[in-house]
Amino acid sequence: MFWTSYFLAVLAIALAWPVPILLSRARWPARSPFTAMLLWQAIALAGGLSMIGAMLVYGLEPLGDNLLAGLNALAAMVLHNAPTTELGFWHIFALSAAALLTAHLLFTLLLTYYRIERQRRRHRELLALLASPSADGPRTVVISHDSPVAYCLPGGARSVTVLSDGLMSALEPAELRAVLDHENAHLDQRHHLLLWAFAAWRQALPWLPTTRLAQEAVNSLIEMLADDVALRTESKATLIKAIAIVASGPAPSPNAGSGFTGQIAPDVEAQPDGTTGGAGSALTTATRVSRLLSAEPPLSAAFRGLVLAACVLLLAVPTALLIVPGLLG
Amino acid sequence: MASLGELERAVMDLLWAGQEAATANRLRDLLAQSTQAHGGSAGHVGKDLAVTTVLTVLSRLEKKGLVERERGTRPHRYQAVSSREDHTAELMHEVLGSAPDREAVLARFIGSVTESEAETLRKLLGHI
Repeated sequence: MFWTSYFLAVLAIALAWPVPILLSRARWPARSPFTAMLLWQAIALAGGLSMIGAMLVYGLEPLGDNLLAGLNALAAMVLHNAPTTELGFWHIFALSAAALLTAHLLFTLLLTYYRIERQRRRHRELLALLASPSADGPRTVVISHDSPVAYCLPGGARSVTVLSDGLMSALEPAELRAVLDHENAHLDQRHHLLLWAFAAWRQALPWLPTTRLAQEAVNSLIEMLADDVALRTESKATLIKAIAIVASGPAPSPNAGSGFTGQIAPDVEAQPDGTTGGAGSALTTATRVSRLLSAEPPLSAAFRGLVLAACVLLLAVPTALLIVPGLLG
Repeated sequence: MASLGELERAVMDLLWAGQEAATANRLRDLLAQSTQAHGGSAGHVGKDLAVTTVLTVLSRLEKKGLVERERGTRPHRYQAVSSREDHTAELMHEVLGSAPDREAVLARFIGSVTESEAETLRKLLGHI
């Protein structure tokens, strides 16, 4: 029991600090964004699991030889109001921390969902009054605004892609198709769920700087994934030009913000204090364009296999450490 | 019969276009006029629109915070809370956030582009 909690704690620390930093600096994710996306998810899930698991196992140590036995003993203790003399101060502390962290993570996930949903509902209400249907697609509407802006608003059957007047007049038909393919890829691949999960992860643990790294990486990886879909039908030059025009197009009014393709509205990276990933989106645009320009080959199948194996291990090892001893014993 | 959503849109269009507050009766007349102007059947707003329907639509819009009522007068007069442009700006702000101006985006990109990337970019854009 003791060694399990020790190992899980080491794993939790590794996944909370050095591993995300190394991955955020690596250059290969741009060559295989899907694989990198899986790895980020595995790191976050395994990190949370080992964090909670380590505390749980440590706290239950006096009560049983394994997690399941320990949990049974604890449940009996709580249900029958038995004395907790077997548990020392630190054991109770660890158990409370594990329970609080679990509740905190789940609660933040739900709260973030509720906040995003409320914002989207309001956004959809206004769009219904302001935007007019577009000739470019069934789920596409046009809003009257001078900045070149394109974004998608997810919502199941009510998902919609929004284009601005400014965008329509700035782009050639092929470039517009590239932008639409890009936005539809966001909707088809349900990227808003990833953004939601990682926004909640950051919201829940704001003092852990690597949650910000994870969120930024996920933001830019979904853009790359959507770019790859657009590249299936449109040429690289068209896509680059569309990105460049949208990111640097003529700003007609002084207070117009910077538009760029690939937003999923409302901005789920927006923090309650009002700061957004503005600088991050500049970085994302730059990364996207230089990725398209440098044209490095996709990762080899062997390397991708290795990363996938790492993902499976990351999830399997903590789970097995927590559950298997109980099943065997 | 037009759906409530379509009516909400038509009412907001009238309020945004009008300069001053309007009563539900006035809005009903305007809606009927615009239907006739579109050749009756082509219009999406029903011809025999009841004032109570207009009031329902107005109260829905009021609940959404888009329309406000002047309570001093009878019958109540309604007006849009803010202009169409302000609402559009609100949406755009949500999407773009407080992102830095586009020059920052460009500067960041130019700062990070390598010589070979710049060469490829020149080649690609030259072909268009």
